[in-house]
Amino acid sequence: MEFTEEQLQRYSRHIILPEVGGRGQAKISNAKVVIVGAGGLGCPVGYYLTAAGVGTIGLIDNDVVELSNLQRQIAHNVHTIGMLKVESAEKTFKALNPDVNIISHKVRISKINIIDIIKGYDIVVDGSDNFPTRYLVNDACVMAHKPLVSGAILKFEGQVTTIIPGEGHCYRCLFEEPPPAGLVPSCQEAGVLGVLTGVVGSLQATEVLKLILGKGDPLMNSLLVYDALKTVFRKVRVPKNSACAVCGEHPTITELIDYNEGYCSVR
Amino acid sequence: MTHHRIDIRGLVCPYTFVKAKLAIESLETGQVLEILLDYEEASISIPRAMKELGHSLLSAEKIGVRDWVLLIRKEKE
Repeated sequence: MEFTEEQLQRYSRHIILPEVGGRGQAKISNAKVVIVGAGGLGCPVGYYLTAAGVGTIGLIDNDVVELSNLQRQIAHNVHTIGMLKVESAEKTFKALNPDVNIISHKVRISKINIIDIIKGYDIVVDGSDNFPTRYLVNDACVMAHKPLVSGAILKFEGQVTTIIPGEGHCYRCLFEEPPPAGLVPSCQEAGVLGVLTGVVGSLQATEVLKLILGKGDPLMNSLLVYDALKTVFRKVRVPKNSACAVCGEHPTITELIDYNEGYCSVR
Repeated sequence: MTHHRIDIRGLVCPYTFVKAKLAIESLETGQVLEILLDYEEASISIPRAMKELGHSLLSAEKIGVRDWVLLIRKEKE
């Protein structure tokens, strides 16, 4: 692709990298990535992917910005309180890089709409804050064969994993079922160190760019766990489970499931 | 053989290298790129970076008060 002078300047530090170059930057410009949630994780993921020049970024969220979000959700600000998060984030991302096409999906994701939304994208990022959505996104990505970069945070701990359906593990190979409602506290109950979203979101954005470029080793068949208090990263092996209910040899889950009842973070 | 030439006079680092790298990427292996530049430091840094990428410097010549001509052969994709 031909770069404009502005694009040459904007992406010069990428183009210089042997692993990126003009061709890699063109791949980034042609990529379509959708982010589930425009909150703690979705903000930094979207911000860095916008800066990197990802051509099309979809944002899925139906929530509005609240003051309590601003401790960690860096795409929003005091002037966008009350606005839909997807619109607030779009404003921020467009101000950073007008080249990027932002598509707002102002819906709550569900088994009814998820496949239709993700089918138009190359890569899915999960930045949701609850187990029903995490499992829904996992199952939908396995069924639709979409690579998924999943992230999660709570208190001082974060997790990242990259799921390539057909090649590596999926979220259900790791944890077969969501925990019972109420067993695991949500961020609203337990709290979260705001900056943790930046660490985990940046790791997710890095994974996305590696997948787009086809460079390096994705976090496939592994889970990266970050303990902020101890300042320790651990990479835990997660083998693909041949008996997995959704990605195994004889899947028993062949339709999407909405596990909604009783999860307090679901509004 | 078609002659591939870029004139990057007036540019400074890192755009001298960005332009040179994009031009090399667009060539076929074995083709030669002629680079005309006037930012002296790039007469050293471009050959060094191109060698790191596996390409060959055929010549580097100062042709005027400030201008340099580099000939780089693309050796691999």
